[in-house]
Amino acid sequence: MRRIAVTVIAAAMAGITASALAGCSSSSSSTASSPASSASSSAPASASASASLSGSITVFAAASLKEAFTTIGKQFEAANPGVKVTFSFGASSALATQIISGAPADVFASASPKNMKQVVTAGDASSPVNFVKNVMEIAVPPSNPAHVASVADLAKSSVKVALCQPQVPCGATALKVFKNAKIIVKPVTLQPDVKSVLTQVELGNVDAGVVYVTDVHAAGAKVLGVPIPASVEASTEYPIAPISKSGNSALAQAFVAYVLSPAGQSVLTADKFEKP
Amino acid sequence: MQVDIIGEPRPSRLSSRDRARRAARGGGSPRSVPAPLLVPAIIAVAFLVLPLAGLVVRAPWGRLGSALSGSDAAQALVLSLWTATVATGVCVVIGVPLAWVLARTTFPGQRLLRALVTLPLVLPPVVGGVALLLAFGRTGFIGRYLDSWFGLTIPFSPLAVVMAETFVAMPFLIITVEGALRSADQGFEEAAATLGASRMTVFRRITVPLIAPSLGAGAVLCWARALGEFGATITFAGSFPGRTETMPIAVYYALENDPDAAIALSLVLLLVSVVVLASLRDRWLRGAVQ
Repeated sequence: MRRIAVTVIAAAMAGITASALAGCSSSSSSTASSPASSASSSAPASASASASLSGSITVFAAASLKEAFTTIGKQFEAANPGVKVTFSFGASSALATQIISGAPADVFASASPKNMKQVVTAGDASSPVNFVKNVMEIAVPPSNPAHVASVADLAKSSVKVALCQPQVPCGATALKVFKNAKIIVKPVTLQPDVKSVLTQVELGNVDAGVVYVTDVHAAGAKVLGVPIPASVEASTEYPIAPISKSGNSALAQAFVAYVLSPAGQSVLTADKFEKP
Repeated sequence: MQVDIIGEPRPSRLSSRDRARRAARGGGSPRSVPAPLLVPAIIAVAFLVLPLAGLVVRAPWGRLGSALSGSDAAQALVLSLWTATVATGVCVVIGVPLAWVLARTTFPGQRLLRALVTLPLVLPPVVGGVALLLAFGRTGFIGRYLDSWFGLTIPFSPLAVVMAETFVAMPFLIITVEGALRSADQGFEEAAATLGASRMTVFRRITVPLIAPSLGAGAVLCWARALGEFGATITFAGSFPGRTETMPIAVYYALENDPDAAIALSLVLLLVSVVVLASLRDRWLRGAVQ
C-alpha cells in the first residue's frame, strides 16, 4: 500500500510536469538555433556584393507572415549561400513577450505597431520600418454551412464565429471592423493566433472566422473568403526591425533590407499584402 | 521524503525499507550524508523550489486583490473549479468500475486495454486535444452525427472543457483504484460471497469501503490534474472568458497583456496544489497506511 501511494504521487508529479511542458510547447514557436557566434569572421567569398554574410539568424514573425516569409527566407538563403534563416511564427503579442523575456531572436516582424512598440520600449529594438499593410476578410468553410454573406451575419447568434485573442493584432483589427460596422459579435472562441482561427474554419468547427485577406489567399481551396466592404474595413501595419542583442546583426540587418527590397516586396504583394 | 509523505514509521512495525536503511548506515553517524549524494540533492531541491520562490517574490502583493478580481480571473477560477469537480465526478462514476474490471477479472486483451486506458498519463495533453477535436469536433467521426442528429456541437463549450479534463485525469484515478483493489484483502469479499451476497452487493458494501482511502486519494489527484489541464483544453475547447477559459489558459494569456494578473492567478493555483498535497498527506495516505 505504501508503495502504491508513493507511485501514485510520483505519477502525479510526472503528469503535472508533462502537462506544463506541453503547455509550453503548444505555442507554435519552433526556434532551434541561437545566433551563431561566428558572425564576423571567416566568411568565404560570398555572393553578396556589399558585405560577406554568414551564420544563421532566427526571425520572429507574425503568424500571418508564415507563407510569405518562408518563401522570402528561401530566396534570401539562395541569394546568400551559407546563411541559414530559422523562423518562429506566432501571435505578435506572444512573440513580443518572448523577445522581452530574452528569447533568442535576431529580427522581429510584428503584425501591429503596438507589439513592436513594446519591444522598442523594452530596449530590444530600434527604428522599426513598416513594410506591409494587411486587411481583414471573413473565412468560411467551403460549404458555408451558416450562409455567411456579410459582416452583419457574424452578429447572428446562430453563427459560430472564431476570432483571435483581443491582444493579438488579428483580434484587435477584427474588433475595429465590428466597431466600424456597428455590430456586436459574440465569438465561441478566442484563438491564440490567426492561423489557429483559420484551422478551426478549415476543420468546420466554426461557421466563420475573421482573418487576414492574406490568410484566405494562403489557405487556397480549404476556405472560402467573404469580402469585407471598404466602408467598414480595418487594416493593420506590419513593422520590422532587427533585435539589438542579435549575435549576428549584420545578417539580421541584411534580412530586414531584403524584406524591404523589391524582391521581398514582390513576394509579399503576390501573397496579397498591401503596400504600407 | 517518503517517510515524510507517508507518516512517521511506528516503532512496533518497522517497514522493510526502514530496516534496510538502518542496516545500510553501518558505522557512520546516523545523520551523515555522503557529499556525492548531498550536493546533487541540494541542486535538485534548489531547482524545484527556486522557481516557486521566484513566483512568490515577484508577486504583486499590494494589488493582488485587484489583479484577481478582474472579471476574467474570477470567471476563470469559477469555471476551473466547477469543471474540474464535474470531471472528477465523471471519472469516479465510470473510472472506478473500469478499475474493478481491470483488477478483478481476466479476459483476452486485458493488458492491451489497460495500456490503452492509461495512455493519457504519458500522452502529451495537446495530442489528446487534437484527438478529441478530430473525434468530437463538428466534422469529427462522432461529432458530425451529434451535430446533425441532435444539434449538439461540443467544441468551444464547457462540456468540451469537462471532456478534455476527464480524458487526461481519469487514468490517475484508474491506476490508483486498481492498485488498491489488487492489494486489498479479498477475504472479506469472499466471506460476504459465501454468505450469499451478490457480486454487486459485495462491491458496494465491502469493496468500496475497503478501498475508500485510495479512492479518495485518486479522486484528489484526478481533481488536481483536471484543474491544471491546459493542452487538451485549449486545443479542444478553445478559449473564451467565462465559458472555456480555465485558470491555466487565463495565466497563459495574461502573461501577454497583464503579467501581474498572470502571477496572481499562478499563486492561486500554487496554493491549491499545496492544499491538495497537504490533504493527501494528512488524510488519505496516512489512512491508507493504517
